[in-house]
Amino acid sequence: MLRKLWCAVALAAAMQGALAQNAFNPDISLILQGTAAYGSQNPDDHQITGFAPSGGEVAPPRRGFSLGESELVVSGNIDPYFRGQLVAALTPDNAVEVEEAFFQTLQLGGGTVLKGGRFLSAIGYQNPIHQHAWDFQDAPLAYKAFLGGRWNDDGVQLKWVAPTDLLIELGGEAGRGRAFPATDPNKNGAGAWALFGRVGGDLGASTAWRAGLSFLSTSPKDRTFEDAGATQSFTGSSRLWIADFVVKWAPDGNATVTNFKLQGEYFRRAESGDLTFNATTGDYDSRQSGWYLQGVYQFMPRWRVGYRFDRLDHGSVSNGLGLTEAQAPLLLTDHNPTRHTAMVDWSLSEFSRIRLQLASDKSRAGVTDNQALLQVIFSLGAHGAHTF
Amino acid sequence: MRILFSLLLYAAAAPAPAALNVFACEPEWGSLAREIGGDKASVYVASTALQDPHRIEARPSLIARARSADLAICTGAELEIGWMPLVQTQSGNPKIQRGQPGYFEAASVVPMLEKPEKVDRAMGDVHPGGNPHIHLDPRNIARVAASLGERMATLDRPNANFYSERTKAFLERWRAATARWEKEAAPLKGMPLVVYHKNMTYMIAWLGMREVGNLEPKPGLPPSTGHLTDLLARLQREPAKAIVRSAYNDPRPGEWLAERAKVPSLAIAFTVGGTPQAKDLFSLYDDTLERLLAAAK
Repeated sequence: MLRKLWCAVALAAAMQGALAQNAFNPDISLILQGTAAYGSQNPDDHQITGFAPSGGEVAPPRRGFSLGESELVVSGNIDPYFRGQLVAALTPDNAVEVEEAFFQTLQLGGGTVLKGGRFLSAIGYQNPIHQHAWDFQDAPLAYKAFLGGRWNDDGVQLKWVAPTDLLIELGGEAGRGRAFPATDPNKNGAGAWALFGRVGGDLGASTAWRAGLSFLSTSPKDRTFEDAGATQSFTGSSRLWIADFVVKWAPDGNATVTNFKLQGEYFRRAESGDLTFNATTGDYDSRQSGWYLQGVYQFMPRWRVGYRFDRLDHGSVSNGLGLTEAQAPLLLTDHNPTRHTAMVDWSLSEFSRIRLQLASDKSRAGVTDNQALLQVIFSLGAHGAHTF
Repeated sequence: MRILFSLLLYAAAAPAPAALNVFACEPEWGSLAREIGGDKASVYVASTALQDPHRIEARPSLIARARSADLAICTGAELEIGWMPLVQTQSGNPKIQRGQPGYFEAASVVPMLEKPEKVDRAMGDVHPGGNPHIHLDPRNIARVAASLGERMATLDRPNANFYSERTKAFLERWRAATARWEKEAAPLKGMPLVVYHKNMTYMIAWLGMREVGNLEPKPGLPPSTGHLTDLLARLQREPAKAIVRSAYNDPRPGEWLAERAKVPSLAIAFTVGGTPQAKDLFSLYDDTLERLLAAAK
């Protein structure tokens, strides 16, 4: 009898111990996504004519049914001084990709936060936002052309918030430069530098706004792509400026029933250096730009509609080799890609969303790709907080 | 650059420094901090009574205000989970991080109701720590006031006596008012109510009213026609005295049901600022009870 009792007590104590340990587990959430897509063009032939390919996952989704990226997010405080977060994407082709794995300081003080590891850079408005929280299934054309979809480097970020009532935030990043527009240099020190500044505040109770300016500097070396049977490679400097703004409105600031969000970004890139074309090298200088503007309106609980307009400007691309458009069509065709995208989404709860998205995409010169897709996004587990 | 720098310095120096900079997540805690802090506390309130406290966004202005706060007062129990953690990390302010004395959670000092035995999102947006809408029971306000007074005294030692005195004075007035409210609210005992969201639970428990339904099919989900139709059928069998919503709730679902069920639809302030009469914690209770008593007749 006594032994039985002892067992029960021990078991209860063990269970309590397990529970207490469990309480220290980090927050875990899982995002499940899927798409059913229609495209009038083959996504494998996708290109943004007039712009050097970014090598990122920028093509429209595969036609037919496909699994989107499943994201596993694990985050928590490490100790009183640091917080850590891991975002792992399980891609539909059975690969695991580390999207973010970083620490962040909590006690540095004076409005300063240091972040280190791999993280979505704070440049631009949409860059630091995870794909499942975007208002459209895919990235704006400017992100696709100039950043390969997004910029998430390995490095450090230092950010400072000014002690003012108006939000003034300044920061810088030093990174390895592991992807386009950089080329993952094998060297000591940083291969990419970024600077960003933002201001933001309220206009009465109903409107909140934020505007920012960012700069990314990289030094690509032998950045290679194939075009019309010839190999081209670029070595030089790449500088990207981004101006962004977002305005959110809701009656009395209560977004539950209706709300409106307007966001826009302008990208400008200057690249100069050497272009090697089939083993001959000459000067290269390009100034290209792009922008998008999008609005999303929730007209009743659960329902939102949105429209986005994208445009890229081929700008000026000059080369010292005397290359013609026929020799290097992808780089030199004077084409200004545009795209119209419309969407409607329905969220049964905060944790599930079904979206219908239609687009008319003129990324490729002379071709219109009409796209339609149905996307589902489900969030399980811990309730994540979303950035503004 | 120099101009920008001097502008920054000017902006930093501009507000006259009160001893304690308070960032209150919700208006009720802002009011309480003013009662205790008097002119020694400068209080910023992050949300209004017209905003759903579950759905505040980590707006730029909140990050800027949290940056210089000495004390953040929130409800806790995961009410602010969608925004406050971001405000805390992005503000770069060590004082208001979780686990620091400058982060105060009101729900940590009151007995919680509706603490679920297990949680599953199939139950809607439930909070594992229990129902977080604790401020509509005056006994909870008293508990929070006592604890908050001590916290403010700890954070601002030179004014510790000032805060203790004001806490004592507030609690005296508050206890007298609570006794008066309990007497006045006697006719509300047993009153059946339909509530939009489960955010009156503590007041219902305090005054012995009865909650006979919610307009939301599950906590946090918007009312649906199907659910309202079911509720209408139930109200015809078991009538309620009033359909109560908070100032921030959409009036339409309640009015739709009120018209068909022949039950008055009633808006309460829910927190300070929700009606023109609810100017502070005392008038919030006066006004809420007055509205409920009018419906009970």
